[in-house]
Amino acid sequence: MSTPSIAYPGPQSLGIGHIVEIFGKETKYEFLKLLRNRGFSTAVIAFPIMFYLLFGVTNRGANSSGIHMARYLLAGYACFGLIGAALFGIGVGLAGERAAGWLEVKRASPMPPAAYLFAKCMGAIAFGLIIVTALTVLAVTMGGVSLTAAELAKMFGISIVGSISFASMGFLLALLVPANAAPGIVNLIYLPMSFMSGLWMPIQYLPHWLQRIAPALPTYHLAQLMLHIFGYANQSSLASHWFGLAGFTMVMLGTSWLVFSRAQQNA
Amino acid sequence: MPATTLIRESETETDYSAKETQQAIATLTGVTKRYGATVALDGLNLALRPGEVVALLGPNGAGKSTAVRLLLGLIAPTSGTARVFGGDPQTPATRLRVGAMLQVARIPETLRVREHLDLFRSYYPHPLPMAAIVRIAQLEGIEDRMFSALSGGQKQRVLFGLAMCGDPDLVFLDEPTVGMDIEARRGLWQQIRTLANRGKTVLLTTHYLEEADALAHRIIVINKGKIVSEGTPAEIKNASAGRKIRCRTRLTAELLDTLPGVVSVERSGEDVVVMSDRVEETVREMLRRDEMLSDLEIARPALEDAFLALTTKR
Repeated sequence: MSTPSIAYPGPQSLGIGHIVEIFGKETKYEFLKLLRNRGFSTAVIAFPIMFYLLFGVTNRGANSSGIHMARYLLAGYACFGLIGAALFGIGVGLAGERAAGWLEVKRASPMPPAAYLFAKCMGAIAFGLIIVTALTVLAVTMGGVSLTAAELAKMFGISIVGSISFASMGFLLALLVPANAAPGIVNLIYLPMSFMSGLWMPIQYLPHWLQRIAPALPTYHLAQLMLHIFGYANQSSLASHWFGLAGFTMVMLGTSWLVFSRAQQNA
Repeated sequence: MPATTLIRESETETDYSAKETQQAIATLTGVTKRYGATVALDGLNLALRPGEVVALLGPNGAGKSTAVRLLLGLIAPTSGTARVFGGDPQTPATRLRVGAMLQVARIPETLRVREHLDLFRSYYPHPLPMAAIVRIAQLEGIEDRMFSALSGGQKQRVLFGLAMCGDPDLVFLDEPTVGMDIEARRGLWQQIRTLANRGKTVLLTTHYLEEADALAHRIIVINKGKIVSEGTPAEIKNASAGRKIRCRTRLTAELLDTLPGVVSVERSGEDVVVMSDRVEETVREMLRRDEMLSDLEIARPALEDAFLALTTKR
């Protein structure tokens, strides 16, 4: 058997078109995968819808101190839903894939890691937008809420921002939390945080000491940004909320990077 | 096929001829990997050459997975170097020529077989056609099934298909036939032989010694992070103690131990298995002492016996 001489080709650079194709396919399949996972997709969309029906639609007439409850809760539950989509889709999803060893198979392949992260983020954004749309439809048809096109566009915009922000939290959770504990821990963080940020009821109705904690929570800042669209935000400046959310995202990304790098070194 | 040399743990210098390392497409040179206080690999030297199937054998915790992960660039060595196709295994350019089938507990269940393959094919500029991958991985008829609806053996075949997507020149298979039925296992063996015939290289880790025996041009036995033995299957078998005598006798184990050439004795009820490196002398003595001896069988040791002898002696 004659042994062929080994030619080592120079570093191959993939064309831009090819990279775009990889990002596109990775995103498409990530979305399909999440959508077909009935446990995830129905829960993440149904919960906010259910809450809105129970508390928003039933309060369609309620109007306390100038706040139209059905409108307020549209903003609140939109935030609640998109955050849940990000935390569960990424936090739980990625944790599971990592624990199962699937992430190693992907890493051993030529897949650019950025494509994987991008796809996860896009998945969170997509589900966030679906939830916001579903709630808006409910609000307009059953909640007696009227919305201008500009307001709807702004809601979508804030939704995308929020999805990216909480996707970064999802990444950190996936790196830190063991896979079977992930759903429990996500709930433990997500539910109280949502409550204390005024997503479920206007923050004025919460006890004063809880109200003081709220500005420490990223969910509070996102909610305020969303409420601002309807003019229901409280007195503090909009910029402070943007800073709060951006700062939170940086911390999440930075910590994720640290944890990941350390894991790489010890691996 | 160049003659391979047996490498013993006692040798302190690497014994690779310049010619051999020049032809090697993947090497671990003096690699040590520590996890805290544990030493997973200790000064390991390993070379893979084109067109060969190498089986990596060893008990659990021997360092097989670590060696594979180093060559895949999933982890970096504490000291020493890993080189694949002349470069760092972590670069995308290297990964384009490598395929890996790792042990995975679960892969996304809500995607179809075809979709998994489509995604992995997109990573390569020149992937194999979908039909070719389906044929190679024996996935005909199940392309449109959801991954969750597959049997264990079918799932393994999909993982093999994913490894083949880029028509790799170097393939790593980690326990590839676990959970497969006989037909699927033989099918995969055939594919591995085809790969080798086409000049590709396969590194296989397995617990099925039959598999290593059937497929490997070269077997590397690892234990506690070091290479314990290396050679063709025949050489490994010969390197362990002699040949195996099996019979029914009333001679006690203690007596058998004293007979000439006896290396080990194992008794279970009436049956006794004696390993000896001077079989004829031993058998002559046994027949002389026990006229009622029956069911006498003399055989070459199976790879299993050689493997156990190599890894439990330590």
